[in-house]
Amino acid sequence: MKHVRRKRISLASAAAFVGALAFLAAGCGGDDGGSSSASEDWQVSGLGSTLDEIQANAKNEGQVNLVIWAGYADKSWADEFTKQTGCKVNTKDGASSDDMVDQMATGEYDGVSASGDATLRLIAKGDVAPVNFDLTPNYADVFEGLKDQPYNTVDGVGYGVPHGRGPNYLVFRNDILPEDTNSWAPIWDGSQAGKLSIFNNPIFIADAAVYLKATQSDLGIDDPYELDEDQFNAAVDLLKKQRPDIGKYWDGETYADQVTTFKSGETTVGTTWPYQVNLMAAEKPPVSVTANKPTEGTTGWSDTWMISSKAKNPNCMYLWMDYIISPEANAKVAEYFGEAPSNEKACDLTSDANHCDTYHAKDEDWWKDVYYWSTPQADCGDDRGEVCKTYEDWQAAWAEIKG
Amino acid sequence: MNSVPHAEPPPRSNPGRRLSSFFHRHDRLRLGTLLAAPVAWLVVVYLGSLALLLMAAFWDTEPFTNDIVRRWNLDSFRQLWEQDVYRDVAWRTIKMAGLVTLADAVIAFPIAYYMARVASPRTRNLLVVAVLTPLWASYLVKAFAWRTMLGEQGFINWLLDPLGLGPPGDDWHVGSGWYSWDVDLWLTFAYFWLPFMILPIYAGLERIPSSLLEASGDLGARAVRTFFRVTLPLAFPAVVAGSIFTFSLTLGDYILPRFIADQQFVGTVIYERRSSALPFAAAFAMVPILVMTAYLFVAKRLGAFKEL
Repeated sequence: MKHVRRKRISLASAAAFVGALAFLAAGCGGDDGGSSSASEDWQVSGLGSTLDEIQANAKNEGQVNLVIWAGYADKSWADEFTKQTGCKVNTKDGASSDDMVDQMATGEYDGVSASGDATLRLIAKGDVAPVNFDLTPNYADVFEGLKDQPYNTVDGVGYGVPHGRGPNYLVFRNDILPEDTNSWAPIWDGSQAGKLSIFNNPIFIADAAVYLKATQSDLGIDDPYELDEDQFNAAVDLLKKQRPDIGKYWDGETYADQVTTFKSGETTVGTTWPYQVNLMAAEKPPVSVTANKPTEGTTGWSDTWMISSKAKNPNCMYLWMDYIISPEANAKVAEYFGEAPSNEKACDLTSDANHCDTYHAKDEDWWKDVYYWSTPQADCGDDRGEVCKTYEDWQAAWAEIKG
Repeated sequence: MNSVPHAEPPPRSNPGRRLSSFFHRHDRLRLGTLLAAPVAWLVVVYLGSLALLLMAAFWDTEPFTNDIVRRWNLDSFRQLWEQDVYRDVAWRTIKMAGLVTLADAVIAFPIAYYMARVASPRTRNLLVVAVLTPLWASYLVKAFAWRTMLGEQGFINWLLDPLGLGPPGDDWHVGSGWYSWDVDLWLTFAYFWLPFMILPIYAGLERIPSSLLEASGDLGARAVRTFFRVTLPLAFPAVVAGSIFTFSLTLGDYILPRFIADQQFVGTVIYERRSSALPFAAAFAMVPILVMTAYLFVAKRLGAFKEL
C-alpha cells in the first residue's frame, strides 16, 4: 500500500512541476510580442553596392542557403550557378507556404521561393527585404504582367524577382467527360460522386469563389481572395456540399498520388497542376486525360524569389535571384515543372520550341482570369473596408469543411 | 611457483581517490551526480517543452502574420468548444483508438498464448522474430502497401468482391452516424500497432507459474475453466499494458488518417495548424493529453504498470 501511495505522489508532483515550469516560462516571456515592421531599405547588411562588388563579395561567402519548393534548385541548373559564381547552393524543401514562412522566421536562410500566399506574410513580418532591381539585370526581361503585382510589391516597393507562373487546371479522364468540357461545373454539381480529386489546402476556398463569381453574380465577388462574410459563407457552403463527392485529396506532398488514382480510376475529375498532367502523360501507357482552364477562370500561382532581411550571404543570394531568372536557367525550370517562365527571353531557349505557347507565357490576356494565390486579409482592398475574412478564418473554415 | 603473500601498500592519496572515497561515503550525492544529466534532460527538454506547449494554448496570434502574441486569452479553447467539427474529430479519434485497441487485443491474445504456452522454444523464437520484423520496415512503406491493398483494385477488394462484400475504397464504413468508423483505417492501424500488443501479453503469459495451472487442474477444473478463471485474470493486466501502446499510438497518429482515409484526426488538425495557429494547435493537443492521463490512471488501477 505504501508503495502505491508513493507512486501517486510522484505523479502529482510531476504535474505540479510542469505547471510550475509553465509559470516560470510565462514570467520570462515578457513583452516582445510586437513584430518589427518591414524595412524600407533594400540594403541588406554586407551587400555590395555594385554588381562587381557583389560578385567579388560572393566569392568570400561561397554559399547560399535557400528554402524552396522541392526541385526548384535542381542540380541541372544549380551546379552551373556554382561554377559561375563560386556560391554553393544549399536547399531545404518547404512543405507548404505556412512551413516556408516558419522557416524564414528562423533567420537561417538567405532566400525563399515564396508563393503568393506566403509573400505578403513574409513582408509584413519583416523577414524579407526589398530588392534593388538595378543589381538584378535580368529583371528587365521579366514579363510586365508579373511585375508590380500585389503579391510581390507593397507601397511601390518590390520585394523579389518573379520565378514563373502556372494555372490550377481542371483535369478529367477522357472516358468520363467529353474532351471539349471546359467548365468547373462537374466538380461542383455532384455529378461525379466519390470520384473527385481535390487540392487539400485552405486556399482552395478561392476556387469555390471563382466558380461562384461566374455563376452567382448577385454575390458580387470580384477578387476570390477578398471575400466578405456573405461571399465567404457561400463558398464554404459550396465546399461542404462537395465534400462527400471527394474521392481523394492531394497536396504538395502527395501530388504523385493523384497520378496513381487517375490511372486506377479511383478519381476521374478534379483540379491539378500542369506538372501532374505531364506525369500522367509520361505513364506507360499514358493516362488519357484532358486538362484545361475552364471558361469561369481559375486560381493559379506566381512564385517569387525573396531575400531574407537577415541574409548571411546576401551577395550570393542576389546573384542567385538574377541567375534563376536568366533566360537559360529560367527555361530549364519552366520546362521541368510545366509552368510559364518569367523571363521573356527564356522562350527562345526551351528544348520544346512551343513551350511558351503551350503555357501561354506571352499571352497576357490568357492570364486575366487566372487569380494567383494570395493571402486573404481583413482589408478587402476596396470600399468595403476591413470586413473581409482573414487567412485564419479560411483555415478554421477548411477544418470545418473537411469535417 | 613460489608466491609470497604481501600486504597491499596503503592507497596513495590523490585528488581522484579522494573524490572517489568522498562519493563512497555520501551515496545519495553519488546517485544525484550520476542522474543529474538525464534528469536535467528530462526536466528541461521534455517537461520544459511540454510546459511551453501548454502555455502557448493561452496565447494569441496576430491575424495576418500568424506571429505569436503573448496576450493571455481563452480564444483557442472557445473555438475548440464552439465549433462542432472539433468535437467530431476528437470523438472520431478516441473511438478509433478504442476500436484499434479492441481489435489488437482480440488478435494478439491467441498469438501470444500460442507463443508463451504452446510453441516449442524454437518456434517461439521464430515467432518473436516474426512479430518484431514489421517494426524494422519503414512506416511509409507499410502505409503505401496498405493503400495499395485497400485500393479499388487491391487485394482486399479482390478477396471480398466474390463474397458480395465491399468495395472498401475510401468510404468503407461500418455502423452509422455517431457510431460509424472507417474500416480501411481501422484495419491499417490494427496492423501497425499489433506487435505492441502481442509482446506485453506474451511476457505476461510467460510469467504465470505453471504450478497455478496445475493446481487448477488438480482441483478439478477443465482447460476452459482454468483459462477463464486463472490464466485470463492473471494475464489481463498485461493486456491493459499493451492497450496503453495501441491506444496512445492511434490517438497521436497524424499520417495514416490523411493517407488512408482523408479523415481529420486530432493529430492531423494539430499538424495542419501548428505553424499558422500554434495556440489553437496547442489547445487541441490538451485533448489527447487529458484522455491519456485518464487512461493511464485507469490502467494503473488495473495493475498494468506492473506488467511494463
